[in-house]
Amino acid sequence: MSEQKKGQSIEEKQYLVRFNADTKSHLHVKDEDICLTQCPDKICTIFCPAEIYKWEDIRMHVGYEGCHECGSCRIGCPHQNIKWEYPKGGHGIVFRLG
Amino acid sequence: MSEKFDCIVVGAGPAGISCAYELAKGGAKVLLLERGEYPGSKNVMGGVLYRKMMEDIIPEFYKEAPLERPVVEQRFMMMDKESAVTVGYKGMEWGKEPYNNFTVLRAKFDQWFAEKAVEQGAVLVNETVVLECIVEDGKVVGVRTDRPNGEIYADVVVLADGVNSLLAQSLGFHKEYKPDEVALATMEVLKLDKKVIEDRFNLEENQGCTIELFGDATKGILGTGFLYTNKDSLSIGVGTLLSGLIKHKIKPYELLEYVKNHPMIRPYIQGSESQEYLAHLIPEGGFKSMGRIVGDGVIVIGDASQLVNAIHREGSNLAMTSGRYAAEAVLLAKQAGDFSEKMLDSYRMRLMAGFVGQDMQKYKDSTHHFNKFPQYFEDYIPMVNKAASQMFTVDGTSKWEKQKKIWKDLGTGKEKMKLARDMYRAWKVIK
Repeated sequence: MSEQKKGQSIEEKQYLVRFNADTKSHLHVKDEDICLTQCPDKICTIFCPAEIYKWEDIRMHVGYEGCHECGSCRIGCPHQNIKWEYPKGGHGIVFRLG
Repeated sequence: MSEKFDCIVVGAGPAGISCAYELAKGGAKVLLLERGEYPGSKNVMGGVLYRKMMEDIIPEFYKEAPLERPVVEQRFMMMDKESAVTVGYKGMEWGKEPYNNFTVLRAKFDQWFAEKAVEQGAVLVNETVVLECIVEDGKVVGVRTDRPNGEIYADVVVLADGVNSLLAQSLGFHKEYKPDEVALATMEVLKLDKKVIEDRFNLEENQGCTIELFGDATKGILGTGFLYTNKDSLSIGVGTLLSGLIKHKIKPYELLEYVKNHPMIRPYIQGSESQEYLAHLIPEGGFKSMGRIVGDGVIVIGDASQLVNAIHREGSNLAMTSGRYAAEAVLLAKQAGDFSEKMLDSYRMRLMAGFVGQDMQKYKDSTHHFNKFPQYFEDYIPMVNKAASQMFTVDGTSKWEKQKKIWKDLGTGKEKMKLARDMYRAWKVIK
């Protein structure tokens, strides 16, 4: 019996997706200081479905290349601190199936 | 592009394509703009396409559209950690014409549907983002795109730009949504042999099954999971209010893994291979989150206007109907040479008088209610599981004794009153 792999990681999931990343980011943290001083939970690093937000000691790293363009971070950021745009036409995520 | 169109439709999903199709068919000069590489490349849904609303646009589309399986069985699983109470309906009438609904893969279906609109005469331009509406004297007169010299003009602009609905928001038609007005859904397409699917789901060839998952699938947070059969793959997903993920600090992809490894689900998907992972928002604020949907020279349709019936997992059908009505309103306006809000309001009137508006109103309190009172998912579904387990476990205890025990387990008199009140309340918000 083949076994369903337990706990497939987000990296493995993201590997299944096709991206045509733009050279510049369509996502911007408006004020880095707010993440550092006013946001202990850094909840975007939890709810982002592609884990593109990663806290690196003193700043938020935004791996926009793997973004699903869902909009959760714009709506869910408790400080409305994310400037969210669509990637340039034809760029970003390319779903092939679902 | 300096030429002027009768109508520009922003976004090639079910709403936008339906609208463009009907407009082109009605003789209007219509431009359909899509930001993705092709229609469907940015679009996600669990996968159920309803036959009726699609046939209102293209009769007998099922004879040529790229569909997965006609759904002959719909199951609902109320899950606890290691058990489930399942109800469902299977009927052979759904397996033949005219069918009830189908599973689809959107990247394939939307491309096909957009081609049909092009055959009718719509101009489809991909890889183009609309940055904003061009407004003159309070009237929308065109759009500004991200292409060089990207201003395009039209008598009417139809906004079908999906759940994020940034264009309607920038026109002041609605506020930014809050985390309890949207659900974040993640899903995977799992490749599995056709024959294995048919054996596991008790299906014959060209028959499909949908299973909706409640309760432990979302760890008690308001939301649902789903497992749908495609031709040679399964679609599995889970969606919860964004506010629920925030409150419980849950990673959506870990919740998806939890569902995939749940003992009630794992046997269905065993041995399958992940082909794609997708995330998308669903507008779930309902009627109360709907903003303005008509203005001078502009109409909002589909997800962009919050048209989703979350209780019945319907959305694409509402989108298609809204697109069709919008097209008819634009054609009437074209005839009259009047593109004012007053003239275009025939769209809103028809929408609200028909099943779309009726259902939106019927369920206007449902998301809010079930979100406010988490006991439905947290407590009552496990309670139903426990009662079923007690009743059906044969251990020498008489059925009367068992019933007594189940009644006692419902709690004190006060707790029973609360339960009764909650059941009545739930009935009230969905009746």
